[in-house]
Amino acid sequence: MSQTRHVVIIGNGISGVTCARHLRKLDSGVRITLISGESKYFFSRTALMYVFMGHMKFEHTQPYENHFWEKNRIDLKEAWVSKVDFGNKFVVFTSGEKLTYDTLVIATGSKPNKFGWPGQDLKGVQGLYSKQDLELMEQITQSGVSRAVIVGGGLIGIEMAEMLAYKKIPVTFLVREKGFWDILLPKEESDLVGRHILEHHIDLRLATELKEILPDEKGRVRSVITSTGEEIPCQFVGLTAGVTPNIDFLRSTELEVDRGVKIDAFFRTNIPDVYAIGDCAEFEKAPASDRRKIEQVWYTGRMHGETLAYNLCNNPVPYQPGVWFNSAKFLDIEYQTYGTVPPTWDESQIKSFYWEHASGKVCFRMLMDKEGRILAVNNFGFRLRHEFFDQAIHEKWSGEKVISRLEKANFDPEFFAPYYIEIQMAFKKEFGGNFHPAKRSFIQKLFGASV
Amino acid sequence: MKWIEKIGLGLFLIGLIAFIVIPFFGKYTLSEELVLTNTKNIHQEKMDEILSPIYGQEFSSNLAFLSAFGENFNTYNDSLKSQQLWDQVIWDDYSFPLAKAALQSPVRENPWLYFGFSIGLAVLGGFLYNFRQHSGESAGIKNNGIFHSSLKNKGLIGMLTGSFLILFYIVLYWYPAYLVNLVWMVDPISEFLSGNPASQWFLYGLIYTLAIIVMGVRMFRKYRGNKYQQLRTASVMFFQTAFAFLIPEILVLLNQPYFDFKNIWPLDYDFFYDYQIATFLSGGGVGMFMLIWGILLIIVGVPVFTYFFGKRWYCSWVCGCGGLAETVGDPFRQLSDKSVKAWKYERWIIHGVLVLAVLMTALTIANYFSGFSFLGNVTNQLHSFYGFAIGSAFAGVVGTGFYPFMGNRVWCRFGCPLAAYLGIVQRFKSRFRITTNGGQCISCGNCSTYCEMGIDVRWYAQRGQNIVRSSCVGCGVCSAVCPRGVLKLENGPEENRINELPIIIGNNSIKINL
Repeated sequence: MSQTRHVVIIGNGISGVTCARHLRKLDSGVRITLISGESKYFFSRTALMYVFMGHMKFEHTQPYENHFWEKNRIDLKEAWVSKVDFGNKFVVFTSGEKLTYDTLVIATGSKPNKFGWPGQDLKGVQGLYSKQDLELMEQITQSGVSRAVIVGGGLIGIEMAEMLAYKKIPVTFLVREKGFWDILLPKEESDLVGRHILEHHIDLRLATELKEILPDEKGRVRSVITSTGEEIPCQFVGLTAGVTPNIDFLRSTELEVDRGVKIDAFFRTNIPDVYAIGDCAEFEKAPASDRRKIEQVWYTGRMHGETLAYNLCNNPVPYQPGVWFNSAKFLDIEYQTYGTVPPTWDESQIKSFYWEHASGKVCFRMLMDKEGRILAVNNFGFRLRHEFFDQAIHEKWSGEKVISRLEKANFDPEFFAPYYIEIQMAFKKEFGGNFHPAKRSFIQKLFGASV
Repeated sequence: MKWIEKIGLGLFLIGLIAFIVIPFFGKYTLSEELVLTNTKNIHQEKMDEILSPIYGQEFSSNLAFLSAFGENFNTYNDSLKSQQLWDQVIWDDYSFPLAKAALQSPVRENPWLYFGFSIGLAVLGGFLYNFRQHSGESAGIKNNGIFHSSLKNKGLIGMLTGSFLILFYIVLYWYPAYLVNLVWMVDPISEFLSGNPASQWFLYGLIYTLAIIVMGVRMFRKYRGNKYQQLRTASVMFFQTAFAFLIPEILVLLNQPYFDFKNIWPLDYDFFYDYQIATFLSGGGVGMFMLIWGILLIIVGVPVFTYFFGKRWYCSWVCGCGGLAETVGDPFRQLSDKSVKAWKYERWIIHGVLVLAVLMTALTIANYFSGFSFLGNVTNQLHSFYGFAIGSAFAGVVGTGFYPFMGNRVWCRFGCPLAAYLGIVQRFKSRFRITTNGGQCISCGNCSTYCEMGIDVRWYAQRGQNIVRSSCVGCGVCSAVCPRGVLKLENGPEENRINELPIIIGNNSIKINL
């Protein structure tokens, strides 16, 4: 054996890949092996829906060309890990083959939640997370599906609804809550998305849960029964009620796990030289007051990966995320958020400014503390600049200052309607403020870019 | 597909078939009189002698006529060539004017009727197919099913479309005599606009313009809700119709030189050819204005506009090649090759063409000012080589014929010397860049997939790096298709425009710029 350290990363999602890439950049000597049974080459999980809808081919979802890995001396191992021998420091593949490591990084991501519904393992019932899930969904929806039911109102659920709509399969969308994604969105935003879902002819059923999935004689889904007792005939059921860490093969070992692999702020598990990052990791203590113990978005996966790579090559620093941000797209409506906007808040502590365009498809919300300083924003149907809000929230600008400079925060393409002018006028009307709303430029007037 | 789209598609196909069949109509009969009126004085006697065997003979198709014509003509020329009597060889191609003159066909009798049946139906059908696209849908990205489409993903229909386009360009450039029926068909329009009979180039210009307009309507529908896309589409439709098509014809009607005021050297590669210069110089005040205008565009227009707006001001707002690529070519934009290898080839080829164009022009000008004592007629050989290899084969056959194989910007990406010039300015001295929105990129790949220039936009977006690439034509589609609002075309201060070591914001643990 050579003297070089061998870092083995299980999982080639965004966190594992980011960790591998940054390791290589920081240390040209380290040997890196990236293991995945799902797909040899890294792909963007968030883009699977576009493959289904024919916007892209699968290879378009791969951010790096195939020669990238060899050039950067990152060994790719296409295999599933069946277990890890932490004592002797090797992983065992399902083929029985072994691979030794000096440092192990667990980045195995998530799997769709299943809550023990009767019939949840029938043919035609599935979640959407992996490449294999996509292939299965493509195969099942090829023919013979005259209606689909989606269970769980989150981002994957609405993506699945959009995918099925592409195949012209009518969709019934069961959402447990009273509003779409209202565990994360305030009422007005939730209503806005709900209206847009209906506009796309998706049969949205709020406050309705799945009770049971019924099979036909071939063991394939025939219908679902909802909490209201209704039976909905369908040949496809999408289970999209969130995800859970994908760590079953690590349970009942000396590795300490709870819902995810337990880690400290340095991504260290209870076993030396074993780390966990991304969706599958569970912090002992949430990384910040507005964060959860398990962080399951693309951006946090990337930050975990880059921070751990740094820590493996330098004096370790604790993971310390900055101002929260996220984005999504609900059918045709884009959504961005900077800082944390909770679904509800204490009105004696927090002031909310909400503006919605007459179309009902564009809105902006800013939360401020009692002193009027910005806490967070939500924007739907138009684009805002990350850098601007990262700075404004970090430096605790006054809401007035934020709004007065909103033109600079605009990230919509040229000639788009200048919504920020209307937002400025609405803010001034509600909260006052010593600024003048921006004026439409000559070009905006000329080309009729009105709001 | 609703009934109106079906009717539209049907009409378009009928028009297309008519367009393909019409060239084979009619009979051809040549007479001494026709030969004498359609040949240059110096060739009249010889041509009369060469072609006299087929005088009065009636040929039942263009194929028969042109084969008989070729036989007689080539026998004469080949024997001279074998005797190396180069100065007696007739280099002029008389097949087109003589075929046009010799034709007797219902098309020539009723041009409007046949025009209506072919181009007219195709345009009407195309319009009907396009004008209601995506009605009843909310505004948004309309890329559903593109990679499941045979036409748009190199399937059989795509292959057939590409082959047809390639064949059309080959016939148009090198065998236009086969198309005289089509040319007769548009004669009345040409007579109306310029007072002159139509040539194959008038036919081509007309089809080109109509294609941009009909497919421009498709762009308006597809990009409903995207003002940037709609405005630049309107702009290329306007510049093609007015500047490239109508104004030059009207100038001829007014006895002025034919001139496209928006075409710029070195795309307009014959701008400095001696016969062009002679036309300008003999064109009085207007001719002089054209010469000065053309030179000002090269030395002031390109650098100044590109400094302020990037090369998009030309490539995706003004240019005719760009106009076709952005309208007719839009369904194929996803077929461009994004590999690093393709980028390498691209840089060698496009800058090679630029060097070739500059060298050729420099020699031409030097020769011109030396009163042709410097190189004599050698520049003519150079011109015909460039015209054949670059002007026709690359820009036409490959540039458009390869839409369904390599995307809609093959010419603009690999061949256009003006794009290379604009690109050098854009890369090194411009306020234009595509900015990325902090850490919001999810590496989905829509931007790279739909970049017609084959730029791997995602490579930059996912590292939070501004996109400053000489090839970017600023079509804005990467920004449009991004599901997370990451990309924005911007003109701004040059400071920090090129950030080689970007920092993705959002992680306070470490500030890495790798």
